[in-house]
Amino acid sequence: MVCSFGWGGVKVKGQIIVETEDLTKKYGSRTAVDHLNIKIEEGEVFGFLGPNGAGKTTTLLMFLGLTEPTSGKAKVIGFDPTREPFKVKEKVGYLPENVGFYDDMDARQNLRYIAKLNRISGEVSEKRIDYWLEMVGLSDESTKKVGAFSKGMRQRLGIAEVLIKEPKLVFLDEPTIGLDPDGTNRMLDLIHSLSREKNITLFLSSHLLDQVQRICDRVGIMINGNLVAIGPIEELAKKKLGLGKEDYTLEEIYMKYFKEA
Amino acid sequence: MGDHFNSLRFLLISALIVMVGVIITSMVGMAIQEELKGMAKPTLIFLLLFTSTGKLFSFVQFIGFFGPLLGIFLGFDSINRERVSRTLSKLVSQPIFRDSIINAKFLSGVAIIAIILVATVLLISGLGIRLIGVVPGAEEVSRLIIYVVISLLYISFWLGISILFSVIFRSAATSALASLAIWIFFSFFMSLGASVLSDAVAPISQTASGVDAEMLIRHERIQRVTSLFSPMTLYSEATTTILDPMRKTTRTLVLMGPLERFSMSRFQSPLPLLESIFIVIPHLISIVAITLLCFGICYLVFMRQEIRTV
Repeated sequence: MVCSFGWGGVKVKGQIIVETEDLTKKYGSRTAVDHLNIKIEEGEVFGFLGPNGAGKTTTLLMFLGLTEPTSGKAKVIGFDPTREPFKVKEKVGYLPENVGFYDDMDARQNLRYIAKLNRISGEVSEKRIDYWLEMVGLSDESTKKVGAFSKGMRQRLGIAEVLIKEPKLVFLDEPTIGLDPDGTNRMLDLIHSLSREKNITLFLSSHLLDQVQRICDRVGIMINGNLVAIGPIEELAKKKLGLGKEDYTLEEIYMKYFKEA
Repeated sequence: MGDHFNSLRFLLISALIVMVGVIITSMVGMAIQEELKGMAKPTLIFLLLFTSTGKLFSFVQFIGFFGPLLGIFLGFDSINRERVSRTLSKLVSQPIFRDSIINAKFLSGVAIIAIILVATVLLISGLGIRLIGVVPGAEEVSRLIIYVVISLLYISFWLGISILFSVIFRSAATSALASLAIWIFFSFFMSLGASVLSDAVAPISQTASGVDAEMLIRHERIQRVTSLFSPMTLYSEATTTILDPMRKTTRTLVLMGPLERFSMSRFQSPLPLLESIFIVIPHLISIVAITLLCFGICYLVFMRQEIRTV
């Protein structure tokens, strides 16, 4: 008997959680994403780098089934996001750049609303809301209207909102942009602990290379829709900057790739 | 989606409608009281509360005119507000169907309209009972219910229009202006346009032998057909026929045949409810059709929009 369940939903460390095959997206004659082949393992923190307009956000939208690829295939947590966007969205969180909230509701109400949309029952959702508000350090502000929140608080609330559905995979689009140094540090610590303690896979796109270098296990560099490099930072450093160089920064590597492209 | 209830805008518009309703009722109620002194009770007096004009205008006219505004106010920024506050991209990344967003927007609006309408009609009825001391009969109540349903459909049409514009335009101000422009066009210029058109196509010429009857009928017919394109005309004809049982046709006097005119003067009794409904069934179907059409377009546009632009 042949069983063909695919590999959806199995929790094994090192499992491939995102996989694409020649994923391509064209807007008219412009190619935003060109034959992307990428594999992300469960539990890793992946940094997705590239200049503005390189196709990073487009890639994220395709992973969520929010936009259809022109050709090629993607598999996210075992499902095709174009065919089964519902199953993907249930287990995948997405924090867009400059996330918005309902400003006339307080933090708790915002979270409750998202929990409701995810069909999390009342008791469970209250518990999770308490937990994640505590985790992102917003417990004291939970009854304040979100309209009065600072940029950093909004970003932290955004993280809590994404995590309320207990995703296996989280896409973060510029999670630390506009945060003060302290806020940035706390955000990076939080991201790090999510990966280590909760085994959540994190896929973050960013321009802030020093931060990416601090927390990411592997990085991918995308320029003009092409993935020009992918791998652990040390490996890329060896490849591009030569052996034996110890005090490399991700910025040097990135600029080298950027000039070549 | 209970966010309508909390908004100041909603409070304002419903307060306005309720207030106007109360004022009109008390005016009309007192007028009827005077008229009725020393008279035997005529049939279906209760409906007069809604249709008689009092000193300014009747409640029915008021809803026909300002009901669209209610629909527009409830819908004009429904989608683009979410877009501007960047909550829309968050919503679509939740495990919900995309159409449930637009459905919820529309249905919550319809529910609000229904609540306002029912509350106002009940309020007016209650006040009316106190003022004129006449209790409505079963037929009057059913006529009122039909009236509320037609009004609900009609205002929902305007809600659909404004939601459509809120999907198309990114700025709330643009979509509000566009919906208001459509409203003004239909309420003021459509009848004007109808008469201009009929004058152009079938001018009434004053000859020595008087007005050419054939021409007059053509003139009237064209004017009527054109003005029927306006949802406002559809609505006001439908509701006045439903609420005023003495009206037996939606046609104007000129267009009636001699027999029809004869029977009008011959039988002065009110029309039974069922007959009234038969007269306005084409109007009803048209209102339902344009409402559904409007929402359908809105739905399609929203579903096909590229998320990037969302």
